[in-house]
Amino acid sequence: MKLLLVGEVRDGRLTAETAELFGFAARLKAETSMVLAGDAEALPAFGGRLYRADGGHEFDATYQKRLVLAAIEREQPDVVALPHSSYGWDVAPRVAFAMNAAQVSGVTGIEDGGYVVESCNGKMLRTIRPLTSRAVLTIQPGAFAAAPMAGSSEVIAIEAEPDAAIEFLGCIEPEPGVDLARAGVIVSAGRGVGGAEQLELVRALVDALGGEVGASRPVVDAGWLERVRQVGSSGQSVSPSLYVACGISGAIQHLAGMKNSGFVLAINTDRDAPIASVADLLVVADVAEFLPALTAKLKSRR
Amino acid sequence: MNILVCIKQVPDMAGTFAPNTAGSWFDETGLAWRMNEYDAFAVEEAVQLKDKLGSDARVTALSIGPARVVETIRKALSMGGDEGAHIDDDEAPERDPWQIASMIAGFAAGRGFDLIFTGMQSEDRGSAQVGLLVAERLGFACVTGITAFEWRNGSMTVDRELEGGRLCRLRLKPPALLTCQPGLNTPRYPTLPNIMKSKRAALTVLSPDSVGLESPRVSSEHFRPHERNATGVILEGDAETLASQVLEILESRTCVLGKGGAR
Repeated sequence: MKLLLVGEVRDGRLTAETAELFGFAARLKAETSMVLAGDAEALPAFGGRLYRADGGHEFDATYQKRLVLAAIEREQPDVVALPHSSYGWDVAPRVAFAMNAAQVSGVTGIEDGGYVVESCNGKMLRTIRPLTSRAVLTIQPGAFAAAPMAGSSEVIAIEAEPDAAIEFLGCIEPEPGVDLARAGVIVSAGRGVGGAEQLELVRALVDALGGEVGASRPVVDAGWLERVRQVGSSGQSVSPSLYVACGISGAIQHLAGMKNSGFVLAINTDRDAPIASVADLLVVADVAEFLPALTAKLKSRR
Repeated sequence: MNILVCIKQVPDMAGTFAPNTAGSWFDETGLAWRMNEYDAFAVEEAVQLKDKLGSDARVTALSIGPARVVETIRKALSMGGDEGAHIDDDEAPERDPWQIASMIAGFAAGRGFDLIFTGMQSEDRGSAQVGLLVAERLGFACVTGITAFEWRNGSMTVDRELEGGRLCRLRLKPPALLTCQPGLNTPRYPTLPNIMKSKRAALTVLSPDSVGLESPRVSSEHFRPHERNATGVILEGDAETLASQVLEILESRTCVLGKGGAR
């Protein structure tokens, strides 16, 4: 089987998800090549062909599609794999359509030659099989461990026409604020806490434990907490010693940002919520009843 | 301005899911149905744009599925849509993104839509492919996962969400397809007069074949619950007892509770 990986460069570096693509390639035991656009400090070194274009047009998805298609034309792979990132999920269907090929989104595993993906907001799994001879995959960040790279790549320059339909006006950087990545303890609030007024219960627990308040995306979208506190793939990635998830169901994007935490305590009324897949301890309870009890117990230890 | 909004009806994700007989997808018994959350942001943005542009703008709400999805089309109309379109397809819940996109593009072709809004993905299948596949079929420019939209002088400026809280700002002109992320707006609650009005709004019903349904590109099997953390512990009971148990576990399993008291 021939596998073409589509790497991603951000801020002059290969993304962590790009290294994970090699982990996926190792699981598939495929003959691997890569296509990459952008100026990276260090190019991936592996024993395969590396199709490379210069940086620029990073947010021109049609240009990115054309580059990938140029590499496909030369390499004729059976499978094309991109990271399931804002870059990958945007480019993959464009490539799949041009190839008239099946696409499987957010692959988390391989089972009997099929691809395992999450369903129902991460609560369930299913196995998908392409019905076409060639397939495009996006690989869920964090699902495959990054593989060590060895060897030297044969670098082949490729180019493509930029597209004028969408004009890039610039990037907007997040406001500097709370650096959750340094916190030893994070207590995060999800929609299940019930309302903005219930956040006092979360803050009280933070007072007792030390640490920072975090948030799931819906809580930020609802305006209950500032965006700088959002944990997940579209917010901050964190790895505290203790992560307390209060009323967070555990959307894939949230789990991607916190699953490297040392110990995960989840409080949820739904014992089947996807947060259970990463929780070391799941307390099936109402946040409003349990948090005050835990906070009181912690304070009485002093 | 002729606007299309594509919406999906999905089960409430808090429900309990069990495999169907074939194991290819879930059994629908006992599930409660509602509008896919991502699509609610698409409906709201379409209606806000229509309100801004005035009487020249029209919003059509399209959904594919069995008879039950008409309720979700009516919901979109009660939020301010003008007319509904229903592709009546009992097998839609198990169709793959390629097939759904073939029907949406087949419906949209020749109807002169300037803008198409839809959710970035569905909550149940979460493939994030349909919008892009429709755009590629129609030759529309497409931006996925927008969190801001502004219409001015015949073009639109949108913010697209990247990783780590970063956004990129893009400008494009119709015809275009935009997929919507939570945070784009606050979907409105329908008012009673609009609910009444929506019941009388025109609804076009079409068959899958009449809009060009194509064959699938993938198959689905072995639908099952997510694996749990194998070493994870689940506790239930009254809050006081739970708090004592949790405290004990945190003391033994983590280093965050310093000796003699919390940090």
